[in-house]
Amino acid sequence: MAKVKIPENKVQELKDLCASYNNEPGELINVLHGAQGMFGYLPAEVQEIVADQMNVSVAHVYGVVTFYSFFSMLPKGKHPISICMGTACYVRGAEKVLDEFKRHLEVKVGETTPDGKFSLSCLRCVGACGLAPVVTIGERVYGRVSPEDVKGILGEY
Amino acid sequence: MNLVKLTIDNKPVVVENGTTILEAAKSIGVRIPSLCYMKMDDMNFENKPGGCRVCVVEVEGRRNLAPACKTECTEGMVVNTHTVRVINARRTVVELILSDHPAECLTCAKSGECELQDLAQNLGIREIHYTGEQSHYKGDQSPAIIREMDKCIMCRRCETACNEVQTVGVLSAVNRGFESVVAPAFEMDLDHSVCTYCGQCVAVCPTGALTERDYTWKVIEALVDPTKTVVVQTAPAVRAALGESFGMEPGSLVTAKMVSALRKLGFDYVFDTDFAADLTIMEEGTELLDRLNRHLNGDQEVKLPILTSCCPGWVKFFEHQFPEMMDVPSTAKSPQQMFGAIAKSYFAKKLDKKREDLVVVSVMPCLAKKYECTREEFSVNGDPDVNVSITTRELAQLIRNANLDFASLPDDDFDQPMGESTGASVIFGTTGGVIEAAVRTAYELHTGKILEKVDFKELRGMEGSRKATVDFDGLKLNIGIAHGLGNARKLLEEVKAGKSEFHAIEIMACPGGCIGGGGQPYHHGNVDILKKRQRAIYEEDKGKPIRKSHENPFIQELYKEFLGKPMSDLSHELLHTHYFDRKKKAEVE
Repeated sequence: MAKVKIPENKVQELKDLCASYNNEPGELINVLHGAQGMFGYLPAEVQEIVADQMNVSVAHVYGVVTFYSFFSMLPKGKHPISICMGTACYVRGAEKVLDEFKRHLEVKVGETTPDGKFSLSCLRCVGACGLAPVVTIGERVYGRVSPEDVKGILGEY
Repeated sequence: MNLVKLTIDNKPVVVENGTTILEAAKSIGVRIPSLCYMKMDDMNFENKPGGCRVCVVEVEGRRNLAPACKTECTEGMVVNTHTVRVINARRTVVELILSDHPAECLTCAKSGECELQDLAQNLGIREIHYTGEQSHYKGDQSPAIIREMDKCIMCRRCETACNEVQTVGVLSAVNRGFESVVAPAFEMDLDHSVCTYCGQCVAVCPTGALTERDYTWKVIEALVDPTKTVVVQTAPAVRAALGESFGMEPGSLVTAKMVSALRKLGFDYVFDTDFAADLTIMEEGTELLDRLNRHLNGDQEVKLPILTSCCPGWVKFFEHQFPEMMDVPSTAKSPQQMFGAIAKSYFAKKLDKKREDLVVVSVMPCLAKKYECTREEFSVNGDPDVNVSITTRELAQLIRNANLDFASLPDDDFDQPMGESTGASVIFGTTGGVIEAAVRTAYELHTGKILEKVDFKELRGMEGSRKATVDFDGLKLNIGIAHGLGNARKLLEEVKAGKSEFHAIEIMACPGGCIGGGGQPYHHGNVDILKKRQRAIYEEDKGKPIRKSHENPFIQELYKEFLGKPMSDLSHELLHTHYFDRKKKAEVE
């Protein structure tokens, strides 16, 4: 794992985040959620600072980070792509859409393209089953996506 | 107190409200098999994740089987612990565990002591009906502990020991589903983590997932090398537990047979770590009095309380967790290392040999000692003061290897000069012992009077942290004692906050002290075994003709011939050490 150096001001921001939850160990998931929002992912160094602030072991923080698929220790791409694998999307061909993204980007699920532009992940239901299959890129939502649309969607970025 | 009445296997039983079925059954002699469950009241150890489902029982009127370790008794409950349905469920559970467990029993270090193996045997499992993928994890070999997580059954006992009891926080369940495993943060190896090597995880592991690094072969190699003089030292707690490995009652004192066995194994000199424990008292006791007198004379700089430093698990704990307090513990080395340093200087000179010609082997109740002797500051030009440290269990293994019938060995005595010891040194093996030994000597050195009553009952016991005031002829000395690193942490926080009322604190990393060390014969959660070992230790002390460290004639001779006096320059060079800041800090740009 490559060593990451966190800028001093970001460290303070992270500590403030922990403090906003009173450094309460029970708030760990919320803190990690916020931290991932700040950094885009949760490198070891971030977990160490969080553990230190919240008075829990680093092993415990790492345990939580690795348990929830939402948390990632790999940097996300500039445009994170999520393909919904919920029941509705799945039966309407989400897997074929996913395969098409994998083929175009030449990455696996959970990976980021070498240029850092795109990262690929799956999620379970965004609550827009009427639009199945659904793909989100960053904040944008694409509905009724077919494998043929993939190339065009990627071309927008 | 609310009581509930229920029936277990047709036997009526009355228990306190809140009692689990497992505990209620135990109270009337009904044994319900369990696996992940472990509870040791005196040790603050309770592990009942309800994960393994081996302890399921049938409760009348309840649709599903109930895990006995998690289910509380209710009024009028009718419980059956051995119905066909229950037995079949247990068999299925164990078969499923075995289906993802390496079938390496014949060569597994835990064979014969494995709780999963026992369970499979008791259930008569001869075939595993479930085949499928097996989980594989990265192995990990530290100087003291081996992690073979393929053998882990996720009982989480090690986590409870590491996090709840010891508050070290190295281990956690990580990942999810089939990939889940107990591991340090970022799945790093133990020797990169804040692990203290106390070995309490090993002491409670039901299978062979966590075991000690076995150095018995290194000992055999040294013993057969004609160019080496092999010296062995045995820690006080070993003699109170070794017998258990040969079917003897817990609490059997086997000092004389142990010496006999070591001689038969071929050690050139059979010495005693107790000798070095007496030496530790001379140095540590003098340091205590020195700090105390400076404090009484108004020296504001002096650090009090003084903390004992005999326990390498504890030393590594404060180096990681309290590095800002590194000048508080005594600088005295542990008895193991004092022994090594004296053996390879004073004793080597007596033999007219070079230090490299000597191999010093230690037999310890401890896994952290394996790590301690690898610390660089305990070597001279790459030659360690203590070459190999083996556990009580490994000594038992060596004895079995040599086909010695332990119970029928003749009695034998330690060699001199480094085999002579006092009652004060024997009690180093239990919580409260080091400080009692220190008090016996410090009292006489401080007051110049003879201490008539050497037993300090107020310092003894099994409670996790204790305190007592000892009267040094008008000077009231407040003494704190903690065993188990979680209890130590509490006392340390007080010291850090400047709120500590103590002049001296004894700390041992393992619950019970060394008698409960990670290298002792497995207790399988039975705290009575530790209590019996403790009684044996005090028994040995009582039987000793000399019971104060400074009266050990060979210690007196050592100072006269070689060291000069406690805390002399040579003593500082050989018997004292320094500590390192091991706190992990995140890198900041």
